[in-house]
Amino acid sequence: MKPAAFEYCRPDTVAEAVALLTEFDGEASVLSGGMSLGPMLNMRLVRPQAVVDIKHLRSLEGIEVRSGEVWTGGLVRQADALKSETLARTVPLLALALPFVGHFQTRNRGTLGGSVAHADPSAELPLCLATLGGQVELGGRRRRRRVAARDFFLGTFTTSREPAELLTGLLWPRREPRTGYAFDEMAHRHGDFAIVAVAAAATVTPDGRVERLSVGLGGVEDRPMVGDTGAFLGHPATPDTATAVAEALAERCDPMTDMKASADYRRALVRELTGRTVARAFDQARREP
Amino acid sequence: MTAAPAQGWTGRPLPRKEDLALLTGRARFMDDLEPLPGIRHVAILRSPHPHARIRGIDISGAAALPGVFGIVTGAQIAETCRPIPSVVKTPIRFMPCAIDKVRYVGEPVAVIAAESRYVAEDALDLIEVDYEPLPGVADLGDAMAEGAPVLHDEVGSNVVNRRSFRYGNPEGAFARADHVFSFSYSYPRSLATPMETYGVIASFEGGPDRFTVWSNFQGPFVLHTLMATALKVPGNRLRLITPPASGGSFGVKQAVFPYIVLLAAASRILKAPLKWTEDRLEHLTASSAATDRLGDIKAGFSRDGELMALHFTNVVNLGAYVRAPEPASVYRMQATSNGCYRVRDIAVDNTLVVTNRVPAGLNRGYGGPQFYFALERVMDMAARELGIDPVALRRRNFIRKDEFPYHAPAGSIFDSGDYDAAMDELLRLAGYDDLKARRERAKREGRLFGIGIASGVEPSGSNMAYVTLAQTAQERAGAESKSGANSTATLFMDPMGTVTLQVSSTPNGQGHATVAAQIVADALGLEPDDIDVVTELDTRTSSWSIASGNYSNRFSAAVTSAVKQCAANVGVKLRKLAARDLDVDWQDVELAGGQARVKGGQGKGIPIAKLAARTHWNPSGLPEDVTAGLLETVVVSPPTLGSPDAEDRIASALTYGFVCDLAAVEIDRATGRVRVEKYVSVHDVGTMLNPLIVEGQVHGGFAHGLGAALLEELVHDPAGNFLSGTFADYLCPRADDVPPLVIGHVCTPSPINDTGAKGMGDGSSMTTPATIANAVADALGRNDLVLPLTADRAWALANGRTPVTERKKADTPAFRPKAGALTGEGAFRFAAPPEALWTRMLSPDVLARAIPGCREIRQVSPTRYEAEVVIRVAAIKGAYTASLDIVDPVPPRRLRLVGEASGKLGFGRGEAWIELQPEGGGTRLTYRYAADVGGTVAAVGQRVLGAVTRVMIQQFLAGLEDTAGPGGRSAFLALLRRLWRALSRRGRAS
Repeated sequence: MKPAAFEYCRPDTVAEAVALLTEFDGEASVLSGGMSLGPMLNMRLVRPQAVVDIKHLRSLEGIEVRSGEVWTGGLVRQADALKSETLARTVPLLALALPFVGHFQTRNRGTLGGSVAHADPSAELPLCLATLGGQVELGGRRRRRRVAARDFFLGTFTTSREPAELLTGLLWPRREPRTGYAFDEMAHRHGDFAIVAVAAAATVTPDGRVERLSVGLGGVEDRPMVGDTGAFLGHPATPDTATAVAEALAERCDPMTDMKASADYRRALVRELTGRTVARAFDQARREP
Repeated sequence: MTAAPAQGWTGRPLPRKEDLALLTGRARFMDDLEPLPGIRHVAILRSPHPHARIRGIDISGAAALPGVFGIVTGAQIAETCRPIPSVVKTPIRFMPCAIDKVRYVGEPVAVIAAESRYVAEDALDLIEVDYEPLPGVADLGDAMAEGAPVLHDEVGSNVVNRRSFRYGNPEGAFARADHVFSFSYSYPRSLATPMETYGVIASFEGGPDRFTVWSNFQGPFVLHTLMATALKVPGNRLRLITPPASGGSFGVKQAVFPYIVLLAAASRILKAPLKWTEDRLEHLTASSAATDRLGDIKAGFSRDGELMALHFTNVVNLGAYVRAPEPASVYRMQATSNGCYRVRDIAVDNTLVVTNRVPAGLNRGYGGPQFYFALERVMDMAARELGIDPVALRRRNFIRKDEFPYHAPAGSIFDSGDYDAAMDELLRLAGYDDLKARRERAKREGRLFGIGIASGVEPSGSNMAYVTLAQTAQERAGAESKSGANSTATLFMDPMGTVTLQVSSTPNGQGHATVAAQIVADALGLEPDDIDVVTELDTRTSSWSIASGNYSNRFSAAVTSAVKQCAANVGVKLRKLAARDLDVDWQDVELAGGQARVKGGQGKGIPIAKLAARTHWNPSGLPEDVTAGLLETVVVSPPTLGSPDAEDRIASALTYGFVCDLAAVEIDRATGRVRVEKYVSVHDVGTMLNPLIVEGQVHGGFAHGLGAALLEELVHDPAGNFLSGTFADYLCPRADDVPPLVIGHVCTPSPINDTGAKGMGDGSSMTTPATIANAVADALGRNDLVLPLTADRAWALANGRTPVTERKKADTPAFRPKAGALTGEGAFRFAAPPEALWTRMLSPDVLARAIPGCREIRQVSPTRYEAEVVIRVAAIKGAYTASLDIVDPVPPRRLRLVGEASGKLGFGRGEAWIELQPEGGGTRLTYRYAADVGGTVAAVGQRVLGAVTRVMIQQFLAGLEDTAGPGGRSAFLALLRRLWRALSRRGRAS
């Protein structure tokens, strides 16, 4: 449980960080909070030539509310995000999901960007970003680019970030009027990797019909999956519709079987948690101006 | 100095002396010790295979690594050590390191000493072991089956010992019984996971041969002799020392002893002091485990609920070797096979089996959780079948309070108890009638609410001889008899009147120093702060004798008597000295408030410090019957603890506390979450020496029991590959997972020792699994429970399914993966027709491009390919040597692929069934696969293995599609990208 030797680099700017990532050409690991990388290094599952510690990149800190979206720097600690009243007001789904992210000890170190870049299939933050239709901001040698969450997560621990790119920030769509948000998950213990996590954002017309609905599933497949809910637009935003959405998603998903849960169990959880979560989102949406 | 409280210090909830150092970070643990200069750091190379022959070990690469000091392999250990003996007489040779065969994942294969642990672990990677993998067996049923792979050829079978016991006339009693209830169960493996792992520093000095070892073992007693024998030195040349503070043990640390032998032998070979601290992966993989069992219990009852007969059938998984003190786990409860009941006719059949798992050993409750799971589950089942309340059924059969001391049929002598009073207290604290009303209400509303109860005795202060029940009476007669459990204490009062007490109880966090100080303070009229208690043990300077070590709640049951007698002896001396000054008979002198004074008198006393000084400074002025100095050593040997008799009866413990627990649970039918709504535990620990410590122990025992009931399981696949090597896969309850616990007490002081205290600490760890299981069974109305009752299992049970949590899918005729295999299936669409796809799939060039990370592929025969593959998922990268065989090809329709791969991160063997169907001018390819994966990646990567396999298959199939023409599109782009990167890098460097 001691890492193999690596070069430790601590750049002060994004440009320096990107230059290092370019130089090591896929053989460098980015150290953000270290809550996933640390154990993988210790178990020698990863043996990078270099570890690029980005904690001094000041430009990756902070939360900015912009028109239509909120930018969170890649280095924003999960604990700080949870404390942020700005985020609670502007990206309510994130505030609902963050208590499920690990434990307060790991949230003190873990970052929003680190979790998204790590792309664990059952992680809450990638799920929220995908459900809300957010974007990932990547810094490279030539340019900065934005990648939609649905194009960013490719599979277990696999994203469309190029080896020489650095995740610099996340872009979260701002809270919409008449929209409710809900989050729920099932894990063996609170804070464990979710067996199934469900995030929902629902916009309801003033006369109580579904105007927009986004439901994301985490832990079910190898990346956060945003369900196709187009068939339910215009339906009444009622518990019955929520149940129907749950049935549809449970039917369509292709869950994994592993040591902790069978595919059947996951599918049953998708049905149950989606029903509960969507119903809560509808309920809240109807009470939002 | 303040006056002692009227009732004395003993019995008060005094905060623990130990905690200041622990809570302020000043405690010195094993890993903090640097007792010698020139210590080298050790990493241990361990077997990735459950079962394999070692054909050769090449250490040249590792030995050449700068910073490596030396490497020791099994061959050298075999020359330096003898096998470590066990009470079960078999030809099995248990060595601290594999010699020519490995028999469990994690078995030590070599010891590397280097300037740092980092370098030592680098060197691990460079040792090449040529393994010949053998079929492995992890499960008891498989290991006992005909034709099963045999672990120890010299035994010829995996069954190493069978014994049958009959107490009374069980056959007759079963024949008379009106009802016989029975059930079969399997009890899983778990591990108590102390925060501090094993640690050893070993140093060999020649001239004469002498080993000095610092280690966080929990009692050298019996094992000292075994270790000295293994190391081929007399007892006084093996010096064992414990560190001042312990990060917990719960029994587990007893099994550090093979590592003591290993490090000591390696130190002798390498001629340097060596230090090894176990890491968490090593601990979960290869330290020890509570035994898993296949069990069967039969209980005969009369019509009105009298328990007339019991029959236990225990098949015990010892793991790969019979490691001392096994098979004690199954014999610890044997003498108390009647539990807390009056049943006299009992049969026990024990079968001991070896499998390709880590050797079993001590773990909190040691054999108790398994025993009570059987007995207390069958009591609840019987109650339901008989239509009697489970409380009433238990009361009907309790040993009555006027029957103590109670001679149990298998030999235990229960010292005292009032089980009905404890049950009364349990029901009162639980609000039993309210809970039953809640259960009715829940039932009406379709919710799953259940109540479970378990009760049992807590044997404490083990008689070392019980383990010899594994031998027949004839075998025992042929050897020197064994019995007893000696306890020793040494008390020294210095010339300033302060006390140093040394106890050889090797605590691992239980608070022995606090309780011992309370007892001595009372005996000598001092305050606990005046008493310095030394719990570090040094076999060269401490007084010690043969005993069971720090287990089976030994301290309060047995060691406290030695402490009390020691203090009393010194007290008598002080009183005799004072009697001359006070001019009274010494029996009229009492020690209180730091003074010796006339009992009941108001007069001025003599400071104890003054009396102490006299014994040291002025021995010639002492009265005739007072010897110089104030030093007492007492060895206490409880008289009841004899050898087993010819009928296999033995008093296996000194005191027998009582525990009864009640749980109320509600299960969420939709998610399977088992929520403990109420948990009450009532204990009779005799006289409570320190209620604060008693309750702390009850909380801890409950948390361990809860973990075993709901979360914890060491998982191996059927071949013995280890699958739960991290705390992400081995789930312990955390503080917020442990529900509130209501604790109650009744007290029937033990008449058998000097303090009236019974042993305690195992406590609820033994009864909680049964209690929770009873509650869950009550909620679900099902008896086929398997622990741990994780949410997925409870969900399956609550929804009328068979609880399957192994990675297993329904069998189909063509596809029969073994239970535990990594399996999956899927489909993929290709533009090419089946014929073209077939040709493509079997072309090495195409395969080379399609197989993710394929560096090189050779077709060595028409149906066999060999490849070098670098598999990479994100930053997790491993190089593997792989082979692929095509079996039963039916071109262009179907084929079977059998593949094997091995590398540093792990190894695997898998089969895939592939079918090609024409579909709209293209092809629909469907596949199913099953793979067994072992090594590091299996132990620590369970969460993602399935997903990763799926990704790789998708990559492979996408790769096949991409390679439609020579240099398919993505391959070409990838080449460009690589070129560009290489160029840009060179540009930067110049």
